[in-house]
Amino acid sequence: MISRRHLLGTAGAGVAALGLPRWADAAGIGLTPGVPEGVADVATLESLPGKKPLIKLSYRPPNYESPIEYFRTPITPNDQFFVRYHLSDIPEIKAETYKISVGGDGANTQAEITLDDLKKMPAMEVVAVNQCSGNRRGLSKPHVAGVEWGYGAMGCARWRGARLRDVLDKVGLKKEAIEISFNGADGPALDKTPDFIKSIPAWKAIEDTTLIAYEMNGSPLPHLNGFPARIIVPGWTGTYWMKHVVAINALTKPLGGFWMNPAYRIPVGKFALRDRFVSQETPVNTPITEMVVNSLITSHRDGDKIKAGKITVSGMAWDGGYGIASVQVSTDGGKTWGAGKLGEDLGRFAFRPWSFELAAKSGANTVLVNATNKLGQSQTSELIFNPAGYHNNVMQSITLTA
Amino acid sequence: MRIFIIATAAALLALPVLAQEKPIQLKKGDGLDKVEANCQACHSLDYIPANSPFLNPASWDGEVTKMIKAFGAPIEDADAKAIADYLKKNYGG
Repeated sequence: MISRRHLLGTAGAGVAALGLPRWADAAGIGLTPGVPEGVADVATLESLPGKKPLIKLSYRPPNYESPIEYFRTPITPNDQFFVRYHLSDIPEIKAETYKISVGGDGANTQAEITLDDLKKMPAMEVVAVNQCSGNRRGLSKPHVAGVEWGYGAMGCARWRGARLRDVLDKVGLKKEAIEISFNGADGPALDKTPDFIKSIPAWKAIEDTTLIAYEMNGSPLPHLNGFPARIIVPGWTGTYWMKHVVAINALTKPLGGFWMNPAYRIPVGKFALRDRFVSQETPVNTPITEMVVNSLITSHRDGDKIKAGKITVSGMAWDGGYGIASVQVSTDGGKTWGAGKLGEDLGRFAFRPWSFELAAKSGANTVLVNATNKLGQSQTSELIFNPAGYHNNVMQSITLTA
Repeated sequence: MRIFIIATAAALLALPVLAQEKPIQLKKGDGLDKVEANCQACHSLDYIPANSPFLNPASWDGEVTKMIKAFGAPIEDADAKAIADYLKKNYGG
C-alpha cells in the first residue's frame, strides 16, 4: 500500500515516484492522464478527517477521489474510500437520535426506523463496488462539464445492513408502488437548490442485495461515506446509494426533480445494458442503471519506468453484477491477447483482482487490458460519447519503459 | 443560517463546510469580484479552473444559466453577465 510519505514527497520526487509526465501532474499527486489541464491547477492531495490522502477535486461540496494505488486490494479500506457530495450542507448525525421515516403514497402505513431497529433486523452482507456514475468523466473527448473525475471515484467494500425489503415490509407496499425514493440528511446551501432525492424501481428495491447498510468493512460507516446508514444498490452506479438516508418513500408516480431528470441520464440505445428503469424512460434518454464492465491497472501508472525482463501487471475488474469471466491483456496493441490470471472471488458485485506476467523488452512496452463479464460484454475500444461523460469503459492502455 | 449565507459575500468566505478548505485564487480580471461574491455561496471556486480550458462561450453561458435556473442561485442579470464574461475570457476553451 502506498504511504502518505510516498504520495506527498517533494514535488519532483513525487513525479518520479508515480512516473507521471511532469506536464500532466507537476505536483505528482496521482492525477489520471487525460483529465482537463485546469484540474492540475487546483487538485491537491489532502486528508479529510479520518481519511488517508485523497485527490481533492473540489472542497465544497467535497469531491475527493482515490489514487489508483488504493485499489491494489479487492477491498478498499474505509480511510481510502472516495468522497462524493452534490450539496454542501452536510450535518454530523448522532446515532442515538437518528431516524429514517418510511412511508409514501405507495405504502399502506408509515413508520420511523431507528439505527437500533435496523440492527435488530436480519443482517445481510454483500461485497460491492460503489462507483460514481461520473467516474472517468475527466477522460471524455471532448471534455464535458462536471466534477472531472479520473479513475478513482470508486471503491469496493463489504457492506452489512438490513434488507431494504424488510424495512419496506414494515409499512407494506401497495401493488401500485412503482418506485422507492430516498432522501439523505445532506442538503443544499440555498433553499432554492433542489435537494438530492433519488429513486429506484420497486423491483430493484426489493432485491435481496439492496440494503440499508450501517457497516462498511466491519466498522460503522465513515461520516463522509454516509454515517449512520446508507442505501446499497449493488451493480448500480453510486447515484442511488443515498448517504445519511433519512427518508424512504414508496411512490405510485415517477419521482420528478432535477436529480432524476435531466441529471443522471444516458441516451437511449447507446449502451448495452440489461437493467431498465421503465417508469423514468423518455423517448430520448433514460436513467443510468447498472455499471458497464470495466478494468483498471493498479500495479503501474502510465509512463512508469521498469526493468526489462519478467514483470507482473495487475489490477481490478468489475461490472454491473454479472461477474467477471475473463481479463485479456495485449502487449502488441490488440493484435494478440493473453488471459490474465483471476484472483480472489468476493462475489459478483465485487472488484475481481487479475494479474498478467509479461516479458518487458528494452524500450517502450504497451499494456492494453479488456475485461469480459459473464454475459459476454466487454470493454470498448472507442469512447461512447454522452453529454454527462458516463459509462467510460474504454480499454486502458499504458506504456511502461525499460 | 441559510439567510445569513446569502446576506453578504464576507459571510460566504467564512463558511467552509470542511475546516481544511483553502481559498482558491482565480485569475485576476474584470468580473472576478462578482464571481467571488456569488459563486461561493454554494461551491468552492476550484470547480472553475477544473472545468477549463475546454468550455466554449455558449457552454459557459449555459453553466451560469444552470446555476440560476436549475440550482436557484440568486444572481442578478448584470452580475450573471459579468460572471459569464469573466469565465469566457479567463477560462474559455
